[in-house]
Amino acid sequence: MSVTGATGAIQSGTVQPARPAGFGHLLLAEWTKIRSVRSTTWTLILFVVITIGLTALFSWLSVTHWTGPRAPERDARILADPVGFIFGAGIGLGQLTICVLGVLLMTSEYSTGVIRASLLAVPKRFPMLAAKIVVFAVIMIVLAELVAFGSFFVGSSILHSRVVVNLSDPGVLRATFGTGLYLTVLGIFALAVGGLIRHTAGAVSTVIGVVLVLPILAGLLPSSWGAHINAYLPEQAGSLISHAQQSSSDLLSPWQGFGVFCIWTVLLLAASAYLLDRRDA
Amino acid sequence: MIEAKDLVKRFGDKVAVDHLSFSVEPGRVTGFLGPNGAGKSTTMRLILGLDHPTSGFATIDGKPYAELVNPLRTVGALLEAKSVHNGRSARNHLLFLAQTQGLRPSRVDEMLDLVGLRDVANRRAGGYSLGMSQRLGVAAALLGDPRVLLLDEPVNGLDPEGVLWIRNLMKHLASQGKTVLVSSHLMNEMAVTADHLIVIGRGRLIADSATEDIIARGSGQSVRVRTPDVERLTALITAEGGKAILVGDGNGGDGQQAPILTVTGVPAPRIGELAASASLVLHELTPQLATLEEAFLELTSDSLEFGHQDADAQVRLADGSTR
Repeated sequence: MSVTGATGAIQSGTVQPARPAGFGHLLLAEWTKIRSVRSTTWTLILFVVITIGLTALFSWLSVTHWTGPRAPERDARILADPVGFIFGAGIGLGQLTICVLGVLLMTSEYSTGVIRASLLAVPKRFPMLAAKIVVFAVIMIVLAELVAFGSFFVGSSILHSRVVVNLSDPGVLRATFGTGLYLTVLGIFALAVGGLIRHTAGAVSTVIGVVLVLPILAGLLPSSWGAHINAYLPEQAGSLISHAQQSSSDLLSPWQGFGVFCIWTVLLLAASAYLLDRRDA
Repeated sequence: MIEAKDLVKRFGDKVAVDHLSFSVEPGRVTGFLGPNGAGKSTTMRLILGLDHPTSGFATIDGKPYAELVNPLRTVGALLEAKSVHNGRSARNHLLFLAQTQGLRPSRVDEMLDLVGLRDVANRRAGGYSLGMSQRLGVAAALLGDPRVLLLDEPVNGLDPEGVLWIRNLMKHLASQGKTVLVSSHLMNEMAVTADHLIVIGRGRLIADSATEDIIARGSGQSVRVRTPDVERLTALITAEGGKAILVGDGNGGDGQQAPILTVTGVPAPRIGELAASASLVLHELTPQLATLEEAFLELTSDSLEFGHQDADAQVRLADGSTR
């Protein structure tokens, strides 16, 4: 390499005349960013394997241990809400990978310093965040629906000998499709928290705290308080949509619950966008 | 053209940039010089819109950075802090940047060839040496063929070949009429690279002029004189208001016999005239240029009169790090 070599490349006028790059270009750039880092791919593979794998495992264990010491109570639960059971353990653990991925999409920009390159390229900042959300949402909705329907078919076919549940049963299609929606919004929820906190460890702890710990804490509050607060917590409200039947104690309908979760996510995104604009990068 | 107007940046109660105004003209390399912690990087980040100024503003070709359409096509920046994801390859890093500006992907390969990273382009950037990372940074800065370049400490940690490469590249870009602002705490590097210098200390502007003027302004400017007739010349110079100090008795091994004087306060042509009028023989009459380093220390120590004692320590620290 030499400077004379540089001369040719710089002077040859190979750069097209300036035409504002549109949002489509930013979507392409964010897609390049997501696919060119191994952790994204691995986290998504982990998500699919953990979710469908655990759904299969727990369904199989239930069927093979149908008559056990604690079986009657558990079996009654499975019979009463087989869809809730299918979307229980697998989704419950698999969703944690999505929490981590959503957080990492923002925090890795800060931890690696690439945020500086990103913001030099898109100094208005907000379009960069918007493009990142759109690309992640599209990836998530495709993958999460595949995982949701995959989990349903795997789980229901293993449970088949004990309980028959079909997509055409009341509420089942909505619950399955809704599970994919819930996981998608959860990813964006985590992304928003990542943008607010900017540090991976802090943001992952926060998201997992909100998803796993807050419902438990709210459950410790005096009964009517606890129930009301619990109903409006992001994860509790959002996951209502993955149950085929409403329980009599539910304060919100599945779609209302999902709406509450979406409102939480939009509020956090707005805060994240505001701080992205205001803070020094 | 880069313009800073009354820029102020405070971090808590610490003032990093203190009412800084300057402009950087196209067609020459402008050095941005100051000891470590003087506010150079912060000023560059303010110009680039990464940090928000507490007050004042900076523009590039008359516009704030955030108002530029496809900014990488106007401004290229190499920041001191790392701005590449360790897990991403050089090619993908440049590719996503190119995509944000609507540049065609083949531009990425041109840049990889330019900086000599083609062979390692698909490797993760985390494994790159400091020199390779710096080359990737240069590739990113030049990606959009910008008219304006800001390089923050570009030669830090580079080997001599890399230093020469960067130096020639900057001169070359300036010769094409581009605006080049390059920061450094290495005064001697700036002396050979920059045509113009903006010197700051403690976030304040200390000097803004041509490199040779800043060197000439150094009070260390002196004239080296060899004459067999030391006493009479010394008397003439003293009468003229100058000062002559005997620094060598002339019996050194260099074959010259005449003693050496260092004269300050009288310029070389005047010494020649004085000697001629008294019919004194001179064996040597050489103006000694102060180094930029001396000039810089002179400048920054002036700024200490405003009561920033610990800036003195910073200057000495920066001075030490050039050795």
